[in-house]
Amino acid sequence: MPEAIMNQETYRQSEFARASDPSVAAGSRPNAISDTLKADVRGLSFWYDQFQALKNIDLPIAEKKVTALIGASGCGKSTLLRCFNRMHDLYPGNRYDGEIVLLPENQNIVDKGIDPIRVRLKAGMVFQKPNPFPKSIFENVASGLRVRGIRDRAVIAGRVEEVLREAALWDEVKDRLDQSAYALSGGQQQRLCIARTLAPEPELILLDEPTSALDPIATAKIEELIEKLRDHYAIVIVTHSMQQAARISAYCAFMHLGQLVEFGTNETIFTSPKEKRTQDYITGRFG
Amino acid sequence: MAAVDFEHRVAFNPMSEAEASRVIGVAKRRDFLFAILGVFVLVLSMGMLTALIVDLLVDGLARIDYDFLTSFPSRRPAQAGILSAWVGTSLVMLTTALIAIPLGIMAGIYLEEYAPRNWVTDIIEINVSNLAGVPSIIYGLLALGLFVYTLGLGRTVLTAGLVLALLILPVVIVATREAVRSIPLIIREGAYGMGADKWQVIWHYILPAARPGILTGAIVGLSRAIGETAPVLTIGALTFIAFLPPSPVQPEFPFLNFDWLTSPFTVMPIQMFNWISRPQEAFHINAAATGLVLIAMTLTMNAVAIWIRYRLRSQARS
Repeated sequence: MPEAIMNQETYRQSEFARASDPSVAAGSRPNAISDTLKADVRGLSFWYDQFQALKNIDLPIAEKKVTALIGASGCGKSTLLRCFNRMHDLYPGNRYDGEIVLLPENQNIVDKGIDPIRVRLKAGMVFQKPNPFPKSIFENVASGLRVRGIRDRAVIAGRVEEVLREAALWDEVKDRLDQSAYALSGGQQQRLCIARTLAPEPELILLDEPTSALDPIATAKIEELIEKLRDHYAIVIVTHSMQQAARISAYCAFMHLGQLVEFGTNETIFTSPKEKRTQDYITGRFG
Repeated sequence: MAAVDFEHRVAFNPMSEAEASRVIGVAKRRDFLFAILGVFVLVLSMGMLTALIVDLLVDGLARIDYDFLTSFPSRRPAQAGILSAWVGTSLVMLTTALIAIPLGIMAGIYLEEYAPRNWVTDIIEINVSNLAGVPSIIYGLLALGLFVYTLGLGRTVLTAGLVLALLILPVVIVATREAVRSIPLIIREGAYGMGADKWQVIWHYILPAARPGILTGAIVGLSRAIGETAPVLTIGALTFIAFLPPSPVQPEFPFLNFDWLTSPFTVMPIQMFNWISRPQEAFHINAAATGLVLIAMTLTMNAVAIWIRYRLRSQARS
């Protein structure tokens, strides 16, 4: 596959250039960043049947950092997020064009030849509404491990405790692991879903408005959790809350009508955006 | 946004107290009338059902005793019993359940999850719904031609089980599809999002959640099958049987015995039909008593289903 080799070459070169001189890299491709990359969206377009929902998106995703996607409803930010684990493949008529390259394996995860299941095993997703399975708390967290064919009870039990601690839920549920997950509050359910996503050690964590169905206290807990997790995982979060994006993200991408209008560090976007539309959106003048 | 022109808007006076009382009064009367109508319809239909059951109870209850349940039919009404009938019904229902439930669930899952959306699938779907409306005697004719004559299965428990299974298959299929379709999308996406493959999603996440609905469909189907007379009569079930099929369990290895499948049989609706067509009053009482036992069996089946469903729900939610 000459194309793949070429991509690899280009990547190595740009990585090299970036390491030696950031300003050169910044000119070599749009939206370059100085952090190590976990994924790189290159010229990605996406169609729901005839409707083009994403238009030629270029977006780097930094390793061990939070990248926030913001924009008004219908701008395509959730659509973009769902490309990262090929959720769109569940429904007929959807089409990708361009690349999302996962690094360091340098694999285009929206390539037709790559099984979506393989992609989802690497990129875990947390949804808008908490969606625990109708099973016990323990089984919910263990489900990702069972899907991967892990049968060893000790291994599963160990990992369940580990990630429940990581998700700051262990102390609240340790005495009732065999109770139904529906017995938990909304905020606890969402932390359970985060723990479930962490259990198989994903390379990429995708959060689709994880706090939009929660009250402010539960939201604060989730944000606290994300602040803890961002030192260990590459996280992409879609959010409607400007304050949330400002609080937790290292990088921020503003989208409008399927296009990426502006991408930059948290500081640039929230203090000195270059685009008028970005400025209008973050100051609440539209959207 | 254009400013509202307060100068030139249409005059609209707020509602007076009396006017409000009148409007609310009309609404309440309408509610009341509808509720009365509902109660009337409910009392009428439930009343008819109750009258039917009470009539059966008055006629037949005194006739049900240990001897009635453990005797074979007889020419003398006082000595006749329904042993062969209820054993036959139980075995036929067992066969029907073992055939219809697995097949129906598999077909339902295939149609809902796997079938490509094209005209072949559309035709299959339309046919499944239409099959539910085919008169049961047509199924009897089919069974007579196919199972009894062509396949040579004879007038046996197996043939009866097969024809009743065919009869209720559409009910089980439709119930399975409804149950599978009612699983929230976020559960499905959550499971796929973890990297589960289709089989894992269906087997570990969709089927367990769909179990109560599928169970309801299966029981509704079996309740229909237990009372069916026409198809069983068509395949030629005997009306006078003075022996039992071989027992399904035996003390010797392999402990299960399937000879009962090929045994001649009768079922309770046929026993009733036979007795009710006799001139003697005493046989009519026997028929009423048989009807009571049949209703009791159906209600027991429903009760078990409700209990299982309750258990499944509390398992998932507690």
